[in-house]
Amino acid sequence: MENYLYTALFSPLVSSLFVAVFAARPKMLFTGIVASLLIAVSMICSFVLLIDVNTYGPLHVTMMDWIAAGNLEIPFGFVVDEVSVIMMVTVTLVSTIVHIYSIGYMDHDKSFNRFFSYLSAFVFSMMILVMSDNFVGLFIGWEGVGLCSWLLIGFWYHKHSASWAANEAFIMNRIADLGMLMGLFLIYWNVGSFQYDDVFAAAPELPVSIVVTIGIFLFIGAMGKSAQFPLHTWLADAMEGPTPVSALIHAATMVTAGVYLVIRAGELYSLIPHVGFAIASLGAFVAVFAASMALVNNDLKRIIAYSTLSQLGYMFVAAGLGAYWIALFHLMTHAFFKSLLFLGAGNVMHAMHDELNIKKMGGLYGSMKATAILMSVASVALAGIYPFAGFFSKDKILEVAFNEGAYGLWLALFIGAGLTAFYSFRLVMLVFFGEKEHVKYGIHPHDAQPFVIYALLPLGLLAIVAGFFEPMFEAFVTRLVSEYHIHIPHATEYLLIAATLGIALSGIGFAVYKYKRGGFSKSLEDKACYRLLSNQYYIPKVYEYYIMRPFTVLSKFVWQKIDMKVVDFTVDIIAKCIYASGQEARKIQSGNLSDMLRWMIVGMLVLLAFAIVYSAMM
Amino acid sequence: MIGLTHYLVLTGILFSIGLVGVMRRTNLLMLFFSTEILLNAVNIGFVAVSKFYGDLSGQMFAFFIIAVAASEVAVGLGLLILWYKRNGSVDLNSLQMMKG
Repeated sequence: MENYLYTALFSPLVSSLFVAVFAARPKMLFTGIVASLLIAVSMICSFVLLIDVNTYGPLHVTMMDWIAAGNLEIPFGFVVDEVSVIMMVTVTLVSTIVHIYSIGYMDHDKSFNRFFSYLSAFVFSMMILVMSDNFVGLFIGWEGVGLCSWLLIGFWYHKHSASWAANEAFIMNRIADLGMLMGLFLIYWNVGSFQYDDVFAAAPELPVSIVVTIGIFLFIGAMGKSAQFPLHTWLADAMEGPTPVSALIHAATMVTAGVYLVIRAGELYSLIPHVGFAIASLGAFVAVFAASMALVNNDLKRIIAYSTLSQLGYMFVAAGLGAYWIALFHLMTHAFFKSLLFLGAGNVMHAMHDELNIKKMGGLYGSMKATAILMSVASVALAGIYPFAGFFSKDKILEVAFNEGAYGLWLALFIGAGLTAFYSFRLVMLVFFGEKEHVKYGIHPHDAQPFVIYALLPLGLLAIVAGFFEPMFEAFVTRLVSEYHIHIPHATEYLLIAATLGIALSGIGFAVYKYKRGGFSKSLEDKACYRLLSNQYYIPKVYEYYIMRPFTVLSKFVWQKIDMKVVDFTVDIIAKCIYASGQEARKIQSGNLSDMLRWMIVGMLVLLAFAIVYSAMM
Repeated sequence: MIGLTHYLVLTGILFSIGLVGVMRRTNLLMLFFSTEILLNAVNIGFVAVSKFYGDLSGQMFAFFIIAVAASEVAVGLGLLILWYKRNGSVDLNSLQMMKG
């Protein structure tokens, strides 16, 4: 069993290092194939581990001592339990498909090899993140995925917008990571260990105020990685990266790391339900807030990015209210249909020669049927229509909100469900149906290569059937995380399901009806609320005017006045003194033996004087 | 009666003469003489103190110094003759190839 664990963990690393050897060379097809195979090996091992964990229970190994200094002892240990094995399976499954897909997608890119090296490195970091048995290992993986995210968003670094977006993502995450680091310090300060088991065992004895502080700081870290308000702006800009990256990192796996952290630290958060409720409230807010921005956006990938944000909000609602298995379930189903949606969007982008404006598409169903069907399936799953995967998980989250008596949250999520259905089908209608706008731009779209479509089929299948695993999933995951019981009478439950389905269907229906007739009139775009939404509530502007610009001014002042005039000046003076003294002292080195002997005697006398003074003092 | 003090004073005087020689002389041969004076000044000191304390290790050390000095002079004089054959001078001021 241990061998499976190590294989699952290290084969992405081997893949990354192997491909990195060829990183600077022109495209070589075998790098993509080898990387895909190695990730597939990791996936198979993860599935074997899933079965093993189901049969024999969790597996905990300590590979070696890692940091042992004083009282601090951090082993390099890994745990494969019910939660981490679900994450491993999800991550490796989506990664394998994204790797295979990328062979087709990155076909014409001259940095083909480099791309696979980064992508595999990301998978390795993500595996470290989910498999570590302590908070430090988690943090290492956390930073690792952040680094790979930076590398991949800025993959086309010659584009200014891409490198800007990469830096934005990295810096925003650093801000949040500081919070996380504070949380880790507090944990060590109060518990004296980073092991999950020790921390959770010690947590009930800690003063509540400490647990609250730890909980808040850890959640700040989660907010950055999962792009929750107010640190959400980076996710939409991260769409500058190649589309497989958006699918894997910025939809399916990395951004869910924050949810994973809350689930993993569930025993901590269950001690502080009011913090959990705050998390849930923020999640519900983001669910509606992000969905509203997706309503009016015209950028294919940004719409899906806002949808990701909104769905992450749903996950945080479930996790915040203590329904950890439901959060994990939604995380998993979301990973399947959202990566499918993104990969489909990648096909559309290729067909449209990297055109992203959905207003310029339309009627693509005729030329790319397979992609259209797959993306429609993903959209239906996202909208939460029975029997697709999204229905089961999203509906459960709404039930949880209702069950907790948080009717405000329920209402927000309910509205969010309607908005989700509307914007998903607005996208589908504008891209695949309606007028063929792209003909005006002289584009002749064609569908992706067959193997790319075949690679997407498993995701399509999972987007349809994953929901039916719910009872098995619940029984499996609740062995580790606390169970969650819903005490709503059956009649009310059915009513809720009907209401949610109703609003989702009406959202879809409205979108289909409206966009079949050419969409909304132009005059709507001048309305204040439309402008508010299409400018993302002016939040990027606010950040630019009130944070970035003052900071730039301050930085310039510090650079020109303090750094150049004080710090550099001092350092320069020291250097000049040393240089001048060297210039003077080199005269001693005359090469004359007599002079040297004289200096030797001087030195000897000085030492003698020291010895005499020293012995006199003693 | 000649005591330890006298010997140590002699040592001091000889050592100072040696030091002045080392500092002032520019003839390489004279420099060797000065070093020999230095070493033998120390030898006298060692032997005198050894006799005073009744401890033989000082005298043994003096023998060692004599042996080392002899071999040093042998090597040094060999090099000196070689240098003289090549340059025709043993003046220190002609030996300045390492000026910094």
